[in-house]
Amino acid sequence: MMQERTINALVLAGFVLLPIWALATDEPFTITLATRTVLLALAAVGLNIALGIGGLVSLGHAVFFGLGGYAMGILAFHAQSFTPLELGPLTIAGTKSMPIIWLCAIVVSALAAFVIGLLSLRTTGVYFIMITLAFGQMFFFFSISWSAYGGEDGLSIWVRNSFPGLNTLIPIQFFGLCFAALCLALFIHWRLRASPFGLTLNAARQNPARVEAVGLSPIRLKLLAFVISGAITGLAGALFADLNRFVSPTMFSWQLSGELIVLIVIGGVGRLMGPVIGAAVFVALEHLLGGLTDFWHIWLGVILLVIVLFSRGGIIGALTGKAGPHV
Amino acid sequence: MSEPVLETRNLSKSFGALKATDDVSIDLIAGEIHAIIGPNGAGKSTLIAQICGGLTPQSGSVLLNGRDISNLGTSERAQAGLGRTFQISALAMEDTVLENVTLGAIGQSARPWRFWTPALKDYELKQRAMAALDQVGLSAAVDQITSTLSHGQRRQLEVAMALTLEPRAFVMDEPMAGLGAEGSKAMTGFLDGLRDQAPILLVEHDMDAVFALADRISVLVYGRIIATGTIDEIRASGEVKKAYLGETV
Amino acid sequence: MSTILIIEQILNGLQFGIMLFLMAAGLTLIFGVMGLINLAHGSLYMMAALAAAALAGAIVEIVVIRRLYAAAHLDQVLATFALILVFSEGTRWVFGSFPLFLDVPSYLSGPITLPGGIQYPLYRLALIVIGLLVAFGLWWLTVRTRLGVQIRAGENDREMIAALGVDISKLYTIVFALGAALAGLAGALVGAIQSVQVGMGEPVLILAFVVIVIGGIGSIKGAFIGAILVGLTDTLGGIFLPQFFKLFMEAGAATQTGSALASMAVYVLMGLVLIWRPTGLFGARS
Repeated sequence: MMQERTINALVLAGFVLLPIWALATDEPFTITLATRTVLLALAAVGLNIALGIGGLVSLGHAVFFGLGGYAMGILAFHAQSFTPLELGPLTIAGTKSMPIIWLCAIVVSALAAFVIGLLSLRTTGVYFIMITLAFGQMFFFFSISWSAYGGEDGLSIWVRNSFPGLNTLIPIQFFGLCFAALCLALFIHWRLRASPFGLTLNAARQNPARVEAVGLSPIRLKLLAFVISGAITGLAGALFADLNRFVSPTMFSWQLSGELIVLIVIGGVGRLMGPVIGAAVFVALEHLLGGLTDFWHIWLGVILLVIVLFSRGGIIGALTGKAGPHV
Repeated sequence: MSEPVLETRNLSKSFGALKATDDVSIDLIAGEIHAIIGPNGAGKSTLIAQICGGLTPQSGSVLLNGRDISNLGTSERAQAGLGRTFQISALAMEDTVLENVTLGAIGQSARPWRFWTPALKDYELKQRAMAALDQVGLSAAVDQITSTLSHGQRRQLEVAMALTLEPRAFVMDEPMAGLGAEGSKAMTGFLDGLRDQAPILLVEHDMDAVFALADRISVLVYGRIIATGTIDEIRASGEVKKAYLGETV
Repeated sequence: MSTILIIEQILNGLQFGIMLFLMAAGLTLIFGVMGLINLAHGSLYMMAALAAAALAGAIVEIVVIRRLYAAAHLDQVLATFALILVFSEGTRWVFGSFPLFLDVPSYLSGPITLPGGIQYPLYRLALIVIGLLVAFGLWWLTVRTRLGVQIRAGENDREMIAALGVDISKLYTIVFALGAALAGLAGALVGAIQSVQVGMGEPVLILAFVVIVIGGIGSIKGAFIGAILVGLTDTLGGIFLPQFFKLFMEAGAATQTGSALASMAVYVLMGLVLIWRPTGLFGARS
């Protein structure tokens, strides 16, 4: 049995060493793969705050991923085509500066999470799952219909956006940026979980009646968690779109929402590094098995089934011998 | 005579044709334990829910220290000073004993919006949490996971949670539930001393405990209070005998 | 916009709704009685259109689903999501990606003239009739037969009816098989007007969930009303929204915007229902 702390350290070390090794052996594709993993992990870390601590099974978190992606896409599009963005009375010039784009992605996602959360938290259980799914589908179909930004075909951004002091076109530098974002998100999760807010949110997941009886509102706690969660996933979306220099409606798809949940479950729900391990497993399977067979989803399904039936704490649960939070 | 700490006035609630609560007016004065007893199906849970905030009555009001709390939600009533314990312990089972009472302490402070300092390392929270645990005698179990506690210990923790709130009044729903002879004696002794801290509205089935603790008893039958009085008065009441035993003997 | 076209589209909407109802009824029964969210129901729909639905359902229930009854919602969602993946890809592996085209039987092909002089495909009308018959059959089953009583009692208190001597395992298997059969029936019937292929399950699966959520989980009446609402919204929205947009947009963009917003319409409907009634129209209030 391993300590969770040891596992966490090993995983982080792996994420630092792998790209360095890839750099040394001149395998830029591996760095790109690692970046992809880091960004999926970032999106899932966001979800894990709402899901793992708050118990909110959101099957619509792709909304925030997509909003972040389109925030990037729209701003960069207007910058690269030298046309200003007209929002009613406001005219905004586009931008290709990452910090500004990230700020927009975070603000837009947080606002969306606030509204969606406010409406959805009136429901619980399956109904909550379905209403979050509904919001995801609304954005999905809306983005398909919005031909100004590519509609179904999506939007290509010719050159990666810029970050002061770095050459973001170099894979290892972009990786570094993404990894820093992931570490920041993990840090937020860590401090949040130990804080009074984290303790009350975690209790609200287990027994809302108890939280009410001590004088606190479970819904307000969950709403804040949902907003923080959405903001982080939104940032991941903006970075992901930048990685691929492409944003499309699939960033809003329910399959993606489902995959984020699956990632977290494979790694360990509610555990700090659950999403990170899960993302690594997912991308590894996709890359290694996807090359062998077109049907690698079968194996993902089998692994998921085994975990749900036999080891609900995911990989971390199996390694530490301790079941994690029960959602 | 000072005003009651907790009071219901003409509380009524029907579910369709069924009158679950029928014009119930009871009060709780400082320093007393007022027991609510009644046969099964009398409507005790419905009554508690209306006092504590889970159910909205069709008419009537609930007052705490003279203040009308009828329109407040459950968490707001707890903030106002209503300390409730549940019949089936409502605890965060995955968390430790300390985490549970710390939750209570955070609730009392009404400031859960802190994200930086670890909750378990906060001095004030710890003081308050440990004080409650010491009072119920659970300090040794601080780091135990709640799901591993014995039933009796969970009932103690349930009470400790109410203590962290420093309530103006306690509403306790069958605190003796599931406790054996030893546990009941211990809990009875504990509640006896608790009435000086805040009065207790005690809903109970365990008659030994009721007769040992109650200053006043109210009898609830089919949603109506059919009698209120001291233990002797209730024992002598024909109405009560009829309700419990059928025809008057 | 002629009246004939409107009526025709309403009928199409009803037909779609009734097919959805078959899917949804099975799902709501399963969830209502067994408390189980079966995301894999969609894959069953697809497999069923290929063959042996009830048999597949019974086997899955016995082998996998039984372990999940006591599990938390999230686990059930995940396990069945896993099953979709396995079934979906497994079927694709076994059968290949090419769609199957089934034929409408000759005695059901061609148009029929309805009162008022409207021509409507006989097959689609037959589907509406079959669907209504099944709805009636389900109503009769749940209200008039012993099995139905057991199912309804099971929705309220599983442990109690087990204590009363009802064989819960067998009941669950029957319910699951019934649900699967209904899905299969829907798939087989629709197979003639839509090609049968991998992935046909997923969009309908989601819509079936939308239906039971709008209707309230566990309520067959809710599933029926929900299905009709969804069927009509989806079909009528798909026809009229693009028309609406053509009023001030050019044809290509109007069609794209209109049909995407039509797809959105169903979710907006569900969102509104849940905001108004957090447990669906006829679902159990907590």
